[in-house]
Amino acid sequence: MAVKVRIPTPLQKLTQGREEVEAKAGSVVDVISDLDAQFPGLGERISENGKVRRFVNIYLNEEDIRFLQAEQTAVKDGDEVSIIPAIAGGSSR
Amino acid sequence: MNMEFTPDQLQRYHRQMILRELGAAGQQKISDAKVFIAGAGGLGSPAGYYLAAAGIGTLAIADNDLVELSNLQRQIAHNTERIGMLKSDSAQSTFKALNPEVNIISITQRIIAENVAELIRDFDIVVDCTDNFAVRYLLNDACVLMNKPLVSGAVAGFKGHLTTIIPGQGHCFRCIFEEMPPDAEEPSCRQAGVLGAFAGVIGAMQAMEVLKLVTGAGEPLKNTLLIYDGLKSEFRRVNAPRNKDCPVCGDDPYITIPGC
Repeated sequence: MAVKVRIPTPLQKLTQGREEVEAKAGSVVDVISDLDAQFPGLGERISENGKVRRFVNIYLNEEDIRFLQAEQTAVKDGDEVSIIPAIAGGSSR
Repeated sequence: MNMEFTPDQLQRYHRQMILRELGAAGQQKISDAKVFIAGAGGLGSPAGYYLAAAGIGTLAIADNDLVELSNLQRQIAHNTERIGMLKSDSAQSTFKALNPEVNIISITQRIIAENVAELIRDFDIVVDCTDNFAVRYLLNDACVLMNKPLVSGAVAGFKGHLTTIIPGQGHCFRCIFEEMPPDAEEPSCRQAGVLGAFAGVIGAMQAMEVLKLVTGAGEPLKNTLLIYDGLKSEFRRVNAPRNKDCPVCGDDPYITIPGC
């Protein structure tokens, strides 16, 4: 069993269109490194110098990691990590 | 509270007045409510339509855009004959035709830092149906500072977000999304595409949140971000607590005037 990671639509071009990928357990930083190793370029889109970019939200199951231990939050096998960017569309244009 | 209804009103609102959670008292609260809808597009059309149908007393609809042909697959408050007309005027006449009892105010000004407080001042609840982050943050800040509930909806592609912000009772939009993404990361409907029915789900849910807030029925979606995946027909909820470091609703806020 691994960690399930949900990739948002704008980043799926880096995961060959896959919305769900797997990563090895560890800290959130480890998960991001593993994702970047599998899908080069993905890590940089999510984080910078080991910090999650401020416009990217990462949830461990239902919790925002900023309210857990941020990048050091432990992710176990069977957990689900979701990368959720803000969306602004009100479907006006 | 004035609980006198005319025979027409009793007929018009019968199906919702027989709901145990609403009743005559709930209908009176709906009739007394003043709701501000920002945006008469894919979200504002269904949200405004259902709020007008339910008999919201005063409904303002703010949009400074004109109706275009490419809007009509999703913006159901408008129609083909109204191409070129101001969206707020078009929505006003659509909603008025549905329910002449509702006082519908068309606001054709663009919402900016200088006018946001004045525009929303007289309203009980604000509904964010806009299409860009700058106005989203502006409406959030104004609502937090003026203590007005804000029902925020957004769509892009087949992903939709919904959250209800009640100042003083938890999170705000900035607690969830600290910073707006750079342009390239932000899929608008123009770039990402959207189906009318998909936007309609989120817009109708925004109307539901407003009606719950107004009547006190059920639980508003506070401290929660609801994420709708239209392709999977999946709704997920993630927790959205108040951020004590939030620049507008945190312990030591530095945003004290909207837009500053």
